Amino acid sequence: MLARTADNLFWLARYVERAEFTARIIDITARLAALPKAYGGGAEWESALSAVGSLDRFKETYENADEASVIEFLIFDPANPSSIRSCIESARTNARGVRTALTADMWQSINSAWLELRALEQMRAPFERMSRERTDPFLDVVKSMSRDFDGAAHRNMLRNDAYWFSRLGLYMERADNTARILDVKYHVLLPETEAVGGSLDYFQWTSILRAVSAFTAYHWVYRQGVKPWLIADLLILKKEMPRSLVSCYDNLARNLDAIGNAYGVQGPAQRHARAMLLRLESGSVEGVLESGLHEFLTEFIADNARLGAIVAEQYLVN
Amino acid sequence: MVEQTFWDEMTGGGADVRTVYGRVDEWLRNTPPDVLAARRTQAELLFRRIGITFAVYGEKDAAERLIPFDIIPRVIGQGEWGRMEAGLIQRVKAINAFLCDIYGPREILRAGIIPSDLVFGNPAFRPEMAGKRAPHDVWVHIAGIDMVRTGEDEFYVLEDNARTPSGVSYMLENREVMMRLLPDLFSNHRIAPVENYTDLLLNCLRSVAPPRSGGEPVVALLTPGLYNSAYYEHSFLADRLGVELVEGHDLSVRDGIVYMRTTQGPRRVDVLYRRIDDDFIDPLAFRPDSVLGVPGLLDAYAAGNITLANAIGAGVADDKAIYTYMPEIVKFYLGEEAILKNVPTWRCREADALKYVREHIGELVIKEVNGSGGYGMLVGPHATRAEIAEFEKKLVAQPDNYIAQPTLSLSTCPAFVEEGVAPRHVDLRPFVLTGAEGSRVVPGGLTRVAMRKGSLVVNSSQGGGTKDTWVIEDA
Amino acid sequence: MRIQIHHEIVQTFDPAAKGLIESLRLTPRSHEGQHVIEWRIDVEADCRLRRSEDAFGNQTDMFSLQGPVDTLRIVAEGVIETFDCAGVVRNSIERFPPELFLRDTQSTAPNAALRALGASAKGEGRIERLHALLVAVHERFEGVDAQSSGATSAAQALADGKGGARDLAHVFVAASRTMGVPARFVSGHYFDDGEATAQCHAWAEAYVEKIGWIGFDPVHCICPHESHVRIACGLDWLDAAPVRAASPGTIGETTSIRVRQPGQHQSASARTQSQQ
Repeated sequence: MLARTADNLFWLARYVERAEFTARIIDITARLAALPKAYGGGAEWESALSAVGSLDRFKETYENADEASVIEFLIFDPANPSSIRSCIESARTNARGVRTALTADMWQSINSAWLELRALEQMRAPFERMSRERTDPFLDVVKSMSRDFDGAAHRNMLRNDAYWFSRLGLYMERADNTARILDVKYHVLLPETEAVGGSLDYFQWTSILRAVSAFTAYHWVYRQGVKPWLIADLLILKKEMPRSLVSCYDNLARNLDAIGNAYGVQGPAQRHARAMLLRLESGSVEGVLESGLHEFLTEFIADNARLGAIVAEQYLVN
Repeated sequence: MVEQTFWDEMTGGGADVRTVYGRVDEWLRNTPPDVLAARRTQAELLFRRIGITFAVYGEKDAAERLIPFDIIPRVIGQGEWGRMEAGLIQRVKAINAFLCDIYGPREILRAGIIPSDLVFGNPAFRPEMAGKRAPHDVWVHIAGIDMVRTGEDEFYVLEDNARTPSGVSYMLENREVMMRLLPDLFSNHRIAPVENYTDLLLNCLRSVAPPRSGGEPVVALLTPGLYNSAYYEHSFLADRLGVELVEGHDLSVRDGIVYMRTTQGPRRVDVLYRRIDDDFIDPLAFRPDSVLGVPGLLDAYAAGNITLANAIGAGVADDKAIYTYMPEIVKFYLGEEAILKNVPTWRCREADALKYVREHIGELVIKEVNGSGGYGMLVGPHATRAEIAEFEKKLVAQPDNYIAQPTLSLSTCPAFVEEGVAPRHVDLRPFVLTGAEGSRVVPGGLTRVAMRKGSLVVNSSQGGGTKDTWVIEDA
Repeated sequence: MRIQIHHEIVQTFDPAAKGLIESLRLTPRSHEGQHVIEWRIDVEADCRLRRSEDAFGNQTDMFSLQGPVDTLRIVAEGVIETFDCAGVVRNSIERFPPELFLRDTQSTAPNAALRALGASAKGEGRIERLHALLVAVHERFEGVDAQSSGATSAAQALADGKGGARDLAHVFVAASRTMGVPARFVSGHYFDDGEATAQCHAWAEAYVEKIGWIGFDPVHCICPHESHVRIACGLDWLDAAPVRAASPGTIGETTSIRVRQPGQHQSASARTQSQQ
């Protein structure tokens, strides 16, 4: 297939996943920020910006990381390339470029989110701050866009390279997102803080689980109260947890193998993904915490980005 | 003002319905307006459903694409079509011969049939192509010939489109929708199919591939990209042809060979169905600021490593000034009389013609030779005295720049409009495909219809719509 | 006059070009006014030169190479013998009748000022009128640094009142066409008393019945003679450009030309730099 088509499909999936993740982060941050001061740290909105990796960019144009400005920045700001608006717009542009590689419902899921966004923007008076009553339903639209897109791809797309490249984008973005949210909250997951163990930590921990839709899953897997090291275990090393790093890499390796088999050539991308999968499969949470959670995650994020570069080099920009 | 009379394709101007329209007439008489209205709504829904794809190209929503579709088919008998088809094939054959000649030995200029400045001074003539031969001597693989009818046996060619004619996707989708919409009416007729168009096109493109591409030439469709107004058609055709839809930067030329960038590395391309204008197709040979084209494409073409459809420089054949010589061109190359008539045209560069035009300026349509889109045009019957005087000054100053034609009485067909079923003016764009083994025309083409009463303007930008065109077996 | 030419072009790419494709018109062809004794082109990279003749009969070399490329050196050198033919170009390769050269292009599109310039060139016959035009164009740009050139078209150069050899040639060509005289653009080298122009030179040719194509060099206000080496011609600069390249990044270009008369032990060299 055309390298550009593969590239479009890859990024299309990434943008859709990123938009959903940003919507989730806004959700849980609003939840945390609504707790009485005694429970909360007070810097939730700033930490939301860290979680999506946009704190520096935010500080270029905005002063205070309060609810209104962060929501503005994360949902609507066209100057923020990772805002939900930018993600949907980029997704839509990529989708238009590969029209024939998509099923009609995949296109429709993105286009209707785009139309909702436009409608929301048109209703708004200049410089008006958007109320949560209006943004919350939109965040639901974003989440359902991602669900519909993903579901339609899974159900209807031909299992060929178009599908595999789209899946690579999805899992690479998802792995990045999971790693980032863990990294932002790593201090509350460290063993020492357990002693402190106040209700603050409990809400922080559960917020991580909610952000990745794993609150219920946690209880099914561990059948005990929320323990920070078990959260790390769940989101890094448990293959049955769909957003865990190991599960993302299981899928990345699988899809890369499918491409390699179809093309009859394996390359550096396949090797890199397999090596990362192996490391995650053979790791233990004790080992991760011992070597330092933050260090582990920083390295993972860099390695994940490297896989992106290798895939691009091998397939997308030849 | 005298009411002009128009020939109607259903009644032929008489009291009786023409035979080919018998069943359509019966259907119209037996179908109450509310059922027709319901059908029309249904058609709109069908287009909208297909329109999910249209919305890809419309910025705002699906609605804006929806060029009005008229549910009453236009019917043409096989006999009439046969004559038209022969005329179309003859015309395209002459156009190809003409292009071979003017980029080759230039015999027609030496014979004095066409003034040479019309060719050498023509912006669509490409000096870069001189001395180059098109594979199998085919320059125009896809031609769209705009035709109008004024009577039982009177067909005129209004314009030849030898560059990158569009509209064929409407022809195909109109048929698709009609088959679903009116299955009974459909099965009452024996209608020549059009859906094999893309198959014919693919065969035609493959037949002109460079010899060394072997049995399985790689074809791709080159589009200017998403923001082009015909992008939808480009992706639609690529999809139906089963070929890659490429943009300029997907292609590169190495040592005179064209490759496309794929996930499995560079892949050789043999035939490009290009929907980019000559000017933009190769920044090393034409406009250097073009970012849409492929640097080195002309060189690859000259080396015989790629076939371009249509060939670069084919546009000189559809120029308004050259058009007026089409009957002479047919005669010169084929030794035959042209089957299809040209609209009578006065070339103002000729003294006698100029004299006639000035005497009849109020009755004629005067056009700029190289103008397009109605700019620099005078419609005599609708112009004021002042406008006429003003225009005449320009005409006299530069007569070379103008041609004049009578206002044509375009035929009408029944259409379902606001006030019910009423006659509306139509034209027809059949698509002629030419490959190594000759020309093919899918029966019919795209019928455009002026939805406003009395209007002769069929352009979609001015309220024109389309309808399905049926070529039926004569009863 | 026997002239030895070493024409070197160094291109730099920022960012480094991933792939590159260029067409070169750096090879002179023989006609009555010049005889090419030897000539070669060298592109210092791993690539193949594909030689062909373009529509106007110019020798064209095309090459493509895979990057990354940050610097590329192209050398054209050889020996040529020139003769003074009073500017008349005989036995050149002609692929079109003269009237083709009445066509306008983007860079030679006429406007009122160019028409007026053409109309101001008076004389008994076509030749006299062309000489009058030569003087008029030369005087219009008198004292202008021949190297400066930023104009995109003849009309703009005339309005700005400044320009290099390329612009003067465009103005001459455009004005000449408004007079109904076929005219074309010529690129080449100019060499005089050991002084070489650092940039490629340019001038015009106009067609006069019974005589043929005659060169007019508005920079020096003369008809080309043995100091002119004619390389390529066309409707405008683009058709005759020494190098045409397509690259998404910025191309920096340094051109140096060394010209020498064998036996005279004179040498000259000059360098210029330009950004494309």
